[in-house]
Amino acid sequence: MSRLTGVFAKLKAQRKKALIPYVVAGDPSPSGTVELLHQLVAAGADVLEVGVPFSDPMSEGLVIQLGHERALANGMTLRGVLDIITDFRRDNTHTPVVMMGYANPIERFGYDSFAEASSVAGVDGLITVDLPPEEVGRLDHALIQVGIDNIFLISPTTENERIETIVARARGFIYYVAVKGVTGSGQIDVNEVAQRVGVIRGMTDLPVAVGFGIKDADSASHVAQVADAVVVGSALIDEMVRKSRADASLEEIQIHEAAVQLLKRIRSGVDSSPS
Amino acid sequence: MTVEVTPELFASVPDANGRFGQFGGKFVAETLMTALTELQALYASLKSDASFIAEFDRDLAHYVGRPSPLYEASRLSDQIGGARIFLKREDLNHTGAHKVNNTIGQALLAKYMGKRRVIAETGAGQHGVATATVAARLGLECHVFMGEEDIRRQSLNVYRMKLLGADVVPVTSGSRTLKDAMNEAMRDWVTNVDSTFYIIGTVAGPHPYPMLVRDFQSVIGREARTQSLSQTGKLPDALVACVGGGSNAIGLFHPFLQDLGVEMYGVEAGGKGLSTGQHAAPLSVGSPGVLHGNRTYLMQDDDGQILETHSVSAGLDYPGVGPEHAWLKDIGRVRYVTADDRETLEAFHRLTRIEGIMPALETAHALAYAEKLASEMSPNQHIIVNLSGRGDKDILTVAALEGIEV
Ligand SMILES: Cc1ncc(COP(=O)(O)O)c(C=O)c1O
Repeated sequence: MSRLTGVFAKLKAQRKKALIPYVVAGDPSPSGTVELLHQLVAAGADVLEVGVPFSDPMSEGLVIQLGHERALANGMTLRGVLDIITDFRRDNTHTPVVMMGYANPIERFGYDSFAEASSVAGVDGLITVDLPPEEVGRLDHALIQVGIDNIFLISPTTENERIETIVARARGFIYYVAVKGVTGSGQIDVNEVAQRVGVIRGMTDLPVAVGFGIKDADSASHVAQVADAVVVGSALIDEMVRKSRADASLEEIQIHEAAVQLLKRIRSGVDSSPS
Repeated sequence: MTVEVTPELFASVPDANGRFGQFGGKFVAETLMTALTELQALYASLKSDASFIAEFDRDLAHYVGRPSPLYEASRLSDQIGGARIFLKREDLNHTGAHKVNNTIGQALLAKYMGKRRVIAETGAGQHGVATATVAARLGLECHVFMGEEDIRRQSLNVYRMKLLGADVVPVTSGSRTLKDAMNEAMRDWVTNVDSTFYIIGTVAGPHPYPMLVRDFQSVIGREARTQSLSQTGKLPDALVACVGGGSNAIGLFHPFLQDLGVEMYGVEAGGKGLSTGQHAAPLSVGSPGVLHGNRTYLMQDDDGQILETHSVSAGLDYPGVGPEHAWLKDIGRVRYVTADDRETLEAFHRLTRIEGIMPALETAHALAYAEKLASEMSPNQHIIVNLSGRGDKDILTVAALEGIEV
């Protein structure tokens, strides 16, 4: 059983929902990311989503865009992200890691070499925002060879027929994008999310994660009532940016603490939701 | 590549998935897939719809002022020597560039889809102006995304857009030029996909954009073909056009692709020189990758990060290029070359002084190369250069480069 499947099965048995924080590898610094990932696990993360910085992150709102810019300015590369995950795996072999990024760095790396290197590093899943089902075929094939799950996105505009073809190819979990828009934007409409997640559940037994637009314990608690997992990104990064702006003399680990505290609050929001 | 180049080959692209060989496609976020499928279906039905075609042609004739003349630049030819040089005068179009051919077409599509809000990205501001113009005419809400750097160097066009009632949104991310404006337009589109039609300004973006922009711009080449036959009795020996995203070039080239005796040259921005890295010449020195919805040649580093570009002309300052050009390069049908900033400025001045036609700086790249090419050809041959736009928008840039205060 894959790490992702194992974690979702265990949580289901405990009647708990998964919490998935997203951070950008190399932000605030490349040397701090491994520690940040361990801190997020300690704060209650069940799965980690690690952003691969890209020069043109078309689906990101401003907060994550700037995270990508900082990471690139810090010299982060796709190889560097894999090194970070390799490092993380030295002390943690149980928390699934999903990489999230854009097609071009992977194209450049080469699909087969990338799949191989990711597998060696201990990656469990991959989300490539600009590789919809129509374009992901060759990469998906390479990922299947090494046992990595390509995570498919479904959005509010995805029609039912299309959902059916997507879930047929999906592994690991389904990622439902809760708002039309970029990361960090918009107000989530819980009723609409519930309805759409219901449709997806009617077509697959895979766990459904919901992301985009979850900002705090309250929105997380609402989403946890209808989904199997809650993804939080912009809000965590925003907390760290605010903290480092407020006091430039802080050590990086203290900046991380801002994300950790928010994640703990969100964890209790998720756990308090009646399921 | 081992593709056999036959006349029929060119009618076969793109395929149903928007592929030109290995290039093109639909590399976008899931949220946009349904909108692209709808657009594809609508365009497939309208493409051969008599009333749609009639409306497009009517607008091109009475609003844009087509056909644009094919003008023989004899004084220029005399000075350069060699082949006769003809200019396809897209600068005489309403709004001063070829861009309006496409915005007329896409605005019609928006009208058929019932979308009342349009967005666009712009570099030089010509596409922004052409979009703001059709939006004013149809009473559509219009937002134009433009990099901060381009807002500075194309201030005249920024003011034109505002006069036309468009909202010009400054883009401050990344390199603050055309690629970042396109990122921001995509972000807006993802957010407002139900109400909004994205009018892409060149033959880039996800399928079906490269195809439909090509089709709308192909009026340039169709006219030029007829005009060449009637004015010289034969097809041209060579075509030359500048390549930013590649819309004016494909517009001129496409109707001639199956005429295998017609040579074609796409001129990229050589900037400060290819060896300096400060240029915008992905076809000349880039490599294949994925950006803005399609697979094409890109300027990128070893990690697949997109590089910043440089060109004296904002409209060519783009690290990618339309996927059909990537394919035409690989099959060897079109040759892609460069003209640097210095050659471009010289060509700008030469045409202005000798022919009384002030070209856009983008266009001047094509002229710079055409002059070299003509000088190596014989007087019984002729070249058509796409005079894609007029240079009024660039006079402040030219003055600044030459240290002149206007
Ligand atoms: C006059 C003119 N020519 C050429 C271009 C480059 O675009 P494309 O390569 O799509 O024709 C521009 C773009 O702004 C332009 O304004």
